[in-house]
Amino acid sequence: MQVQSIQTKTITTILYALLILCALAMLLPFVWMVSASLKLDKDVFTFPIEWIPSNPRWENYLEIWTTIPLGTFIKNTAKLTVIVTILQLLTSSFAAYAFAKLEFKGRDLLFLGYVATIAMPWQVYMVPQFIMMRSFGLNNTHLAIIFLQAFSAFGVFLMKQFYMSIPDELCEAARIDGMSEYRIWAQIMLPLSKPALSTLTIFTFVNTWNDFLGPLLYLTRMELKTVQIGLRMFISQYSSEYGLIMAASVVALIPVVIVFLSLQKFFVQGVATAGLKG
Amino acid sequence: MPSKQAHIRKQLVAYSFIAPNFIGFAVFTLVPIVFAIALAFLHWDGSNPIEWAGLANFRNLLDDDQFKAALKNTIVYTAGTVPLTLISSLLLAVLLNQGIKGRNFFRTVSFFPYVASLVAVAAVWNMIFNPSKGPVNMLLYTLGFENVPGWAADKDWAMITIILFSVWKYMGYYMIIYLAGLQGINPELYEAANLDGTNVWQRFRYVTVPQLSATTFFVMVMLTIQCFKVYDIVYMVTQGGPGTATLVLVYDIYNKAFISWNLGSASAVAMVLFALVLIVTLIQFRGNRKLQ
Repeated sequence: MQVQSIQTKTITTILYALLILCALAMLLPFVWMVSASLKLDKDVFTFPIEWIPSNPRWENYLEIWTTIPLGTFIKNTAKLTVIVTILQLLTSSFAAYAFAKLEFKGRDLLFLGYVATIAMPWQVYMVPQFIMMRSFGLNNTHLAIIFLQAFSAFGVFLMKQFYMSIPDELCEAARIDGMSEYRIWAQIMLPLSKPALSTLTIFTFVNTWNDFLGPLLYLTRMELKTVQIGLRMFISQYSSEYGLIMAASVVALIPVVIVFLSLQKFFVQGVATAGLKG
Repeated sequence: MPSKQAHIRKQLVAYSFIAPNFIGFAVFTLVPIVFAIALAFLHWDGSNPIEWAGLANFRNLLDDDQFKAALKNTIVYTAGTVPLTLISSLLLAVLLNQGIKGRNFFRTVSFFPYVASLVAVAAVWNMIFNPSKGPVNMLLYTLGFENVPGWAADKDWAMITIILFSVWKYMGYYMIIYLAGLQGINPELYEAANLDGTNVWQRFRYVTVPQLSATTFFVMVMLTIQCFKVYDIVYMVTQGGPGTATLVLVYDIYNKAFISWNLGSASAVAMVLFALVLIVTLIQFRGNRKLQ
């Protein structure tokens, strides 16, 4: 027994050592980022690393707002993200209700069409999509990004899977009570599907906030740019302003960090169910 | 017996639920997909009249050095990233699944690189791996290495840099999927293995790994497809260079379409990308049927 417990102790120690090592590898770049954001450009690369700057330069966080229109970028991104997320939630849960709970002609075929395009990478059709949007006069408009992101097949698929797990009897009973399908959706299905809606919210939020190639193609006018492409432009223009670049990067990360930490549970559940369903 | 009118009404109600999403989906996804397939067989620069090309766009790819480099690099990137991410996410999940204290903390931390915006983390990564003054190379110098790697700036190291960055960024995501898979394993299997006097490695090798085969298969397919589509990481770390050392398929599509405005060739490359993804998806369908 004695040997057993020593062995267990050693294993536990190794386990924690490995985990702490992994956690450090994951976290240190972020710590370095915050630390560098408070330094003068010439001090960013001093070695050994000065993790806590002796003379923190908080001015970096003031300067970035005037060096680049960071406020405009954040406002644009927030606007796009909120609109896309709301549209995505509404239209996906609406369509998913019909696919899961209503009978109509062509239902299975239509759904198959949706599922089939999940496998089709956006990059395959981004060129014709761009040409089409341009001919609609949507180039350099936020509407292009909204249309691009708001009607994903993934959202419909995710919501449908969830609605399938809600018993049909619930809808039947409501129908007998004389509720219309729209009211059943709004008053019964929506409140029940909070977990799935939260998962979809966080996926859509993170995807839209972090999207790069879409805005890169469509938004070339400065006043329309999002945080990601704005930040990228700043990095290539002022490549040696290390402190400022890091400060702007920290600012760009904050909204996602907040959303992630507050909705983390649903995110983890969402990834896990997506994985199990295959 | 419901009347015919009631039946039609029901159908219309159903269609009204689908319509808002479907109209957007059809106009902005289905139409461009059809358009993309057609474009691969046409010559077009986006403004002058369209000409029929037949298979010329595809034939031209055979002599196209950019395309050949992009195809090779995409495959190398995938071959490097998939196994490394798979193994590290599996190991991390197994470590986290040992009933340790602070499990949620570790899980959050390893998931963090996945949600963090790529532009921001790529900026840090580029500085940390800066060949002449970044902390990684400074550390290597201090440890006594003389020939430190040039990372993103060196044509032999650029791809490795991108692969390492991808593994770091994505392993947390797949770890979550593995954690869910691990929770589905019957604990009695481990108890039985314990009674047989097996050690840690044997339990991992003969219980965990086989029990997770469905999850591993899924992770492998998802990862492979994700790797085929890589673009933004490359754009931010190496811009496809040095030379064509990290030029990948989507980069080539972008260049052909929006730099040289050769939309037919761009779509031909897009079809090659689609074919790659389709092959993996078909393998997944067959594999799933077998596993069930």
